[in-house]
Amino acid sequence: MSPQGSFAAALLDPERPCPAGLTAWNGSDPAPRFRVYRNNVIVSLIDALADTFAVTQELVGEEFFRAMARLYACAQPPQSRLLAFYGASFPDFIEGFPPAAGVPYLADVARLEQLRVVAYHAADVAPIGSDEIGAALADEGALPGLVFRLHPSLSVLGSAFAVVSLWAAHQGLRELSTVAPATAETALILRHGLAVEVIQVSAAAGVFIAALRVGESLGAAAEMAAAEDAGFDLAGTLGLLLQKEAVTALHSPRRSS
Amino acid sequence: MTTVSHLLPKDAGAAVPRAGTLPLRSGLGLKPEHFRTILDTLPDLGFFEIHAENYMVDGGPFHHYLTLIRGHYPLSIHGVGLSIGGEGPLDEAHLDRLAALIARYEPQSFSEHLAWSSHGDVFLNDLLPAPYDAATLQRVCDHVDRVQERLRRRMLLENPATYVEFAASTMAEADFIGAVVQRTGCGLLLDVNNAHVSCTNHGRDARAFIAALPLAATAQIHLAGFAQDVDAAGDPLLIDSHGAPIAQAVWDLYRYTLQRTGPLPTLIERDSDIPPFPVLLAEAQQAEALLLAAAEPRTEYA
Repeated sequence: MSPQGSFAAALLDPERPCPAGLTAWNGSDPAPRFRVYRNNVIVSLIDALADTFAVTQELVGEEFFRAMARLYACAQPPQSRLLAFYGASFPDFIEGFPPAAGVPYLADVARLEQLRVVAYHAADVAPIGSDEIGAALADEGALPGLVFRLHPSLSVLGSAFAVVSLWAAHQGLRELSTVAPATAETALILRHGLAVEVIQVSAAAGVFIAALRVGESLGAAAEMAAAEDAGFDLAGTLGLLLQKEAVTALHSPRRSS
Repeated sequence: MTTVSHLLPKDAGAAVPRAGTLPLRSGLGLKPEHFRTILDTLPDLGFFEIHAENYMVDGGPFHHYLTLIRGHYPLSIHGVGLSIGGEGPLDEAHLDRLAALIARYEPQSFSEHLAWSSHGDVFLNDLLPAPYDAATLQRVCDHVDRVQERLRRRMLLENPATYVEFAASTMAEADFIGAVVQRTGCGLLLDVNNAHVSCTNHGRDARAFIAALPLAATAQIHLAGFAQDVDAAGDPLLIDSHGAPIAQAVWDLYRYTLQRTGPLPTLIERDSDIPPFPVLLAEAQQAEALLLAAAEPRTEYA
């Protein structure tokens, strides 16, 4: 192993000894000095995770969270120099982390928080104008084939747990004691202007928006949503997307565009 | 019509800041928690500095606010992820991102560290030390050359805060930095706190260290706070935390430095335990008072 390879390996594995070849001016054991680097690396990674996963930390307490984050950081250190997105696989790690099994909704709350960070930093794309919307809606025959492009900040998270309510309770938006965690909820996450919003939508609306997002036509997405729930509110869901300025392009494949 | 101005040395008349350089004033690291305060109050500051990697995102509030703030202030872009001291080749994709950021915000200064921060495909998010030997010197010079070639501008290289030394080192840190500056033409970002931290940690005299640096190439100064620990022998071990006010010893060393360099753009760094904006502004004003004093005509030789 190269010198920096040994140094790096020892940083991430507290069981490894201090790398060879280090010295101190006063002849003292360099190991405590090396531990400053080990501590800097791991604490900075834990802090980065704590920034992104603030509610996750509140749900289990700082001590538990930091111990869990430390194990994750040693096992899966960042592979990108852009630390804002570090921890994309942390929710999966939490899901498979036996000590967290008593908090079954923890991984989904972490997923929600990770999607909020992605939304915060996503590209700026202008919404389509009302005249374009009007023209598209006026051409009824073309409506089912209409394909939407949604804002890059947008994502949908369906959960068997009350992720939106749990998250909202930790923002002071509702009383935590009124939340039944085992209630399935679907979150729509997007950035509207500069603010990231977390909006609870029906499961069918979640299916619909997720289908539009991957390029399904309006007709196909509406059918998938109706299969989830025959009472799916198409007009209301489209209205929500337009109100949040989340539609950035409309495209009708039957015409040249 | 002919002009001879292009024949003048680049640094002719350097007492007046040229367009394209940071003003001879103090500045602050830009923190998201202060975006609104800065825009609402437009504090009297020389410049702001950002960490390049924080702004390598596609869009959203960071770019929104930086664009607005850049409209009012000069900017320094300070990289923390290039790994110039790394064993491996530079990450060209990261250099591309840097080039794009620099093209977008046209900063007056770009700087990076004499350190490594990644190995293989792992990013360690810390500024790690390397031995000062011929092999490291060659690698660092090659990397600085490549950065300056790709970005088509001079970069500043920052002296590190270190906690260990290497048996393999054959050069003193100041001589190593002097050789890099001489061979690559890069400038020096003199971090006075790092100088104090490293010299304390390695039993050296910080003033002698600073005097041995290539001071004529210094284009910016960093000031910050440190944390205190002890090593295995009970000797002080200072940690470059960026989480405390600037210590008196560092202010003293700053004054000593300014006596030798004259006034230089000076940044107050604070990256953890971030206080309210007025606290940082007061530290910046303290630095500015010292650097303005250094600009006044010397009387000791009169």
